[in-house]
Amino acid sequence: MSDQIVETKMNAASVRVHYGAKEALKGIDLDIPANRVTALIGPSGCGKSTFLRCLNRMNDTIVGAKVSGTITLDDEPLYGDGAIDPVLLRMRVGMVFQKPNPFPKTIYDNVAFGPRIHGLVPDKDSLDAMVADALTKAGLWVEVKDRLGDMATGLSGGQQQRLCIARAIAVRPEVILMDEPCSALDPIATAKVEELIDELAESYTIVIVTHSMQQAARVSHLTAFFHLGSLIEVGPTERIFTAPEQQLTQGYITGRFG
Amino acid sequence: MPTVGEHHIVKSYDEQLKRLHDAISRMGGLAERQLELSMKAVETRDDTLAGEVVASDAAIDADEHFVNEQTVRLLALRAPVADDLRTVIASLKIAADLERIADHAANNAKRTLVLNQTAPLAPVRTLLRMGRLVQELLAQVLAAYLQHDAAQALAVRARDQEVDALYSSLFREILTYMMEDPRTITACSHLMFMAKNIERIGDHATNIAEMSYFLITGQSLADQRPKGDRSNTEGLAP
Ligand SMILES: Nc1ncnc2c1ncn2[C@@H]1O[C@H](COP(=O)(O)OP(=O)(O)O)[C@@H](O)[C@H]1O
Ligand SMILES: [Mg+2]
Repeated sequence: MSDQIVETKMNAASVRVHYGAKEALKGIDLDIPANRVTALIGPSGCGKSTFLRCLNRMNDTIVGAKVSGTITLDDEPLYGDGAIDPVLLRMRVGMVFQKPNPFPKTIYDNVAFGPRIHGLVPDKDSLDAMVADALTKAGLWVEVKDRLGDMATGLSGGQQQRLCIARAIAVRPEVILMDEPCSALDPIATAKVEELIDELAESYTIVIVTHSMQQAARVSHLTAFFHLGSLIEVGPTERIFTAPEQQLTQGYITGRFG
Repeated sequence: MPTVGEHHIVKSYDEQLKRLHDAISRMGGLAERQLELSMKAVETRDDTLAGEVVASDAAIDADEHFVNEQTVRLLALRAPVADDLRTVIASLKIAADLERIADHAANNAKRTLVLNQTAPLAPVRTLLRMGRLVQELLAQVLAAYLQHDAAQALAVRARDQEVDALYSSLFREILTYMMEDPRTITACSHLMFMAKNIERIGDHATNIAEMSYFLITGQSLADQRPKGDRSNTEGLAP
């Protein structure tokens, strides 16, 4: 798989981000391949989340954040002249956060929320079908199909995270961004989410930030190593974990970072 | 600002990797010595020395056992990556090669005991020459491994053809010798196996060269090895 030439879904070129005077990203160039899982790794504060947020303009909501450079989705610009409408962009590029954050609503309403506000469904029957479809894809359908009217907050942490993934999928995105989606989950729940990521990669482009190098090794096709706001090395995950080219990458992944 | 150090943040990890390295370097020394003494026993027709080589084989087996266990432990508990992963994998494979080298040396020592019961055979001279060449390659490849010298590892690999060529010519020499004097057939058959053992030791040295190259560079030498041995296709008719 790593040797195949794949289509680029998103491209970042010379992306810089400032928070006030602080430069958090110092010119990032990265191709994100379609229908692949790209993992972003690196020490805390290196800019992984900042970069991820650039990919669906979540930084717009942060006061003092300034993004420059170009990012494209299927060759359409995200920023500047002729940019994709941000609301449409967030539908095409969904996001799953570190802590599961279901709305204080029923399981059904959590998943139906996106399709409703984006006006994606003509009637109740097709909304039902869409909810069932998203929950099935998120691997949660069997567990919740008999209690769709229960409050989402009553689910376990792992189920809540898969519900959030179902909520992201429900609006039929093309790209799913995940920021440390398993850091609040136990190993079994983590394994279920990782299995889900594997399946989702067939239909979606996935970018995942993880502080677990083993998780990056297990789920991703491509690994990008960030350090102090720079992209140090990117390559097929198998190569990064067997023969990285950069000393910094090697030092970080082997635990020799002083 | 974080810097890349030579040492792991977890010290016991460093210690476990070092124990693995020490075991390989010890095994390398033992294998070299077993080969050297076995050849010396052939040259001097020394039964006592041959017996010592046979008896010493157990030490290297124990080291290989240790390397196997240590490797499994490191893989299971540390999940090594990058150069650490390559160190663990290379150690496992190199230990197996060294153990085989010592086995072949011990087998030659056993056969020496048989050879010593009959008159000296002329082709033994060529066998000794082959032994010297392989000893040199083994010493060179162990140095390449210990000094992380990729160029030296490649050089050893390139010289395996010399061993193969010498083996082919020794094979023909022994064949001719047997045909001229059928009373030597038993002794010559042993000599034939001894030549094959030394040729195999050369192959193991080549394996070690390839694993060392992988360990040092991260690249595997996938392309076909140079081959100089034609004894498999040699016709048996005069
Ligand atoms: N909202 C913010 N305001 C100011 N600085 C921020 C903000 N978010 C992140 N930063 C800073 O930007 C840098 C990168 O942070 P972040 O992208 O969260 O790193 P990571 O996800 O790799 O841990 C850090 O130095 C962090 O302190
Ligand atoms: Mg982060």
